[in-house]
Amino acid sequence: MNRIKQKLKEDKKILSIYFSAGYPNLEDTVQIIQELEKNGVDLIEIGLPFSDPLADGPTIQESSTIALKNGMNTALLFQQLRDIRKSVSIPLILMGYFNPVLQYGVAEFCAKCEEIGIDGLILPDLPLDVYKQEYETIFKKHGLINVFLITPQTSDERINAIDKASDGFIYMVSSASTTGAKQGFGIEQSDYFERIAQMDLDNPQIVGFGISNSETFEQATQKAKGAIIGSAFIKHLTANGVHGIADFVSQIR
Amino acid sequence: MNSYHADERGYYGEFGGAFIPEMLYPNCEELRQNYLSIMEEPSFKDEFHQLLKDYVGRPTPLYFAKRLSEKYNTKIYLKREDLCHTGAHKVNNTIGQILMAKKLGKHRIIAETGAGQHGVATATVCALMGIECVVYMGEIDIARQAPNVARMKMLGAEVRPATSGSKTLKDATNEAIRDWINNPVDTHYIIGSVVGPHPYPDMVARFQSVISEEIKGQLLEKEGRQNPDYVVACVGGGSNAAGAFYHYLDVPEVGIIAVEAAGKGIDSGESAATSALGKVGIIHGSKTLLMQTQDGQITEPYSISAGLDYPGVGPMHAHLYTSGRGEFISITDDDAMKAGLELCKLEGIIPAIESSHALAIFEDRKFQPEDVVVVNLSGRGDKDLQNYIDYFKL
Repeated sequence: MNRIKQKLKEDKKILSIYFSAGYPNLEDTVQIIQELEKNGVDLIEIGLPFSDPLADGPTIQESSTIALKNGMNTALLFQQLRDIRKSVSIPLILMGYFNPVLQYGVAEFCAKCEEIGIDGLILPDLPLDVYKQEYETIFKKHGLINVFLITPQTSDERINAIDKASDGFIYMVSSASTTGAKQGFGIEQSDYFERIAQMDLDNPQIVGFGISNSETFEQATQKAKGAIIGSAFIKHLTANGVHGIADFVSQIR
Repeated sequence: MNSYHADERGYYGEFGGAFIPEMLYPNCEELRQNYLSIMEEPSFKDEFHQLLKDYVGRPTPLYFAKRLSEKYNTKIYLKREDLCHTGAHKVNNTIGQILMAKKLGKHRIIAETGAGQHGVATATVCALMGIECVVYMGEIDIARQAPNVARMKMLGAEVRPATSGSKTLKDATNEAIRDWINNPVDTHYIIGSVVGPHPYPDMVARFQSVISEEIKGQLLEKEGRQNPDYVVACVGGGSNAAGAFYHYLDVPEVGIIAVEAAGKGIDSGESAATSALGKVGIIHGSKTLLMQTQDGQITEPYSISAGLDYPGVGPMHAHLYTSGRGEFISITDDDAMKAGLELCKLEGIIPAIESSHALAIFEDRKFQPEDVVVVNLSGRGDKDLQNYIDYFKL
């Protein structure tokens, strides 16, 4: 069974961490993954850097730009990850924008993911209808779970369509924002969290955007299955490097 | 038969669509569901055409360029978009979109701008309607386009520097999109070209189509026929070209010539000739031809003309190129500057450097003496004076 699905069955709140591959240093990728697993993180999203990350705020943009300057690219990331399954068993997701995947070749990209032991993909600018028409069979053939996003503005009708197309979890964007933009949750978020919980979806939801510490992690996971931390983790990496990962994770839970 | 226009999903052949993150879906979907019916409303049409006439100064003349025609031994007409209010065709689209925004109940406008022409055209219509306006502009462009920054400020717009990436047009577009993600309810994004996710390329092309609509009537008057043998326009993102080509797209006897900026030469590494240098990919929510690395990172284009300095082309143009319907020519900085100066001397018209690219094709691309060739003179050269001064040491 896919490692993501396995993990979601566990009776616990999921802590997922995002980082940009190739940041702060080109060769940090494997060590970051190992440290995150060692410190009890449940899921890892490995960011494939892109020149024009239009859904991301300044922190992830900056890390992405530096990663590219460091020399990161798709082929190199695959090379760095080629033996990753010898040392970790944590579910791994690649997250990025669609253009680099398209240039690598979607079929080749998915085949490579399977070979390495990647469990899922998050490609925010690959729309639902295009995925279903052109790519779903390829993803499935290689055992990859495709994760879709919903936002507070997504209609119930569309959420149901996304739920039907999903086979793992739904990435629940906490507020109308780019990544790392907002601090803390207000009444608007609790209403939204409640509304989604009431919908009784088939797929569990993991909340992302705006989670930076134990307080926001608690709030986000009251109704949802888990939460994702990206910008706050990258800021911590910037300040403390790979060796600060244990401290960071222990502050969250 | 309607093959060179967008289909209902916003595709031109394999190009177009809406490759957007979910955060943008409600806004784009609202626009997609409503733009055609709003544009059909009599009250919308009346106000749009009234403003184009009384405020923009349309119809713009179709001028027979006698001396230019003599020199190149063919019949050259210039469509005088340079005479539009604010100095270029850009305002046709911003008038349309500000009315669209009002119909959709939006009360805040955002826009991106490169050289500042679209920013000025947006700030202008926002002043006209009394609507809040934020224009994103690359930090580098702000430094080199000071007069247009001042114009936008005088018109009441806030100019926000885009400090990410290469700090130019593509980054200003990214920042505008990020603003829209953060303000999904009250804000309308006025994109300045036939780029971006569906329905933008089609909507902007429709607003600009007034150009070819007028050409048809004016040519009938002057030549006794609606169709020229060729229509020529420069292409950055491609909005003036989309407007000039629009009513001729499915008229096979009209030759379509799109002129791109070769910069310092196609193989120089400093160019914006997307048809020659681009590959199929996704930029700003649209599947089209774009300049990128092998790894799919979008690269920075170069042209002396800021308006042609975009790493992609609109999906309509990508389709015109790959289908062979359009003839694509690229013109270097030097040839464009020479053609700009030539128009000054022969016809007493100072063109925008963008438009000078379209004028520069006559040196190598020969036409028959009886051919009727319409060149879209998309903008005037006032904004480029400093460039002309520096280049010709005036």
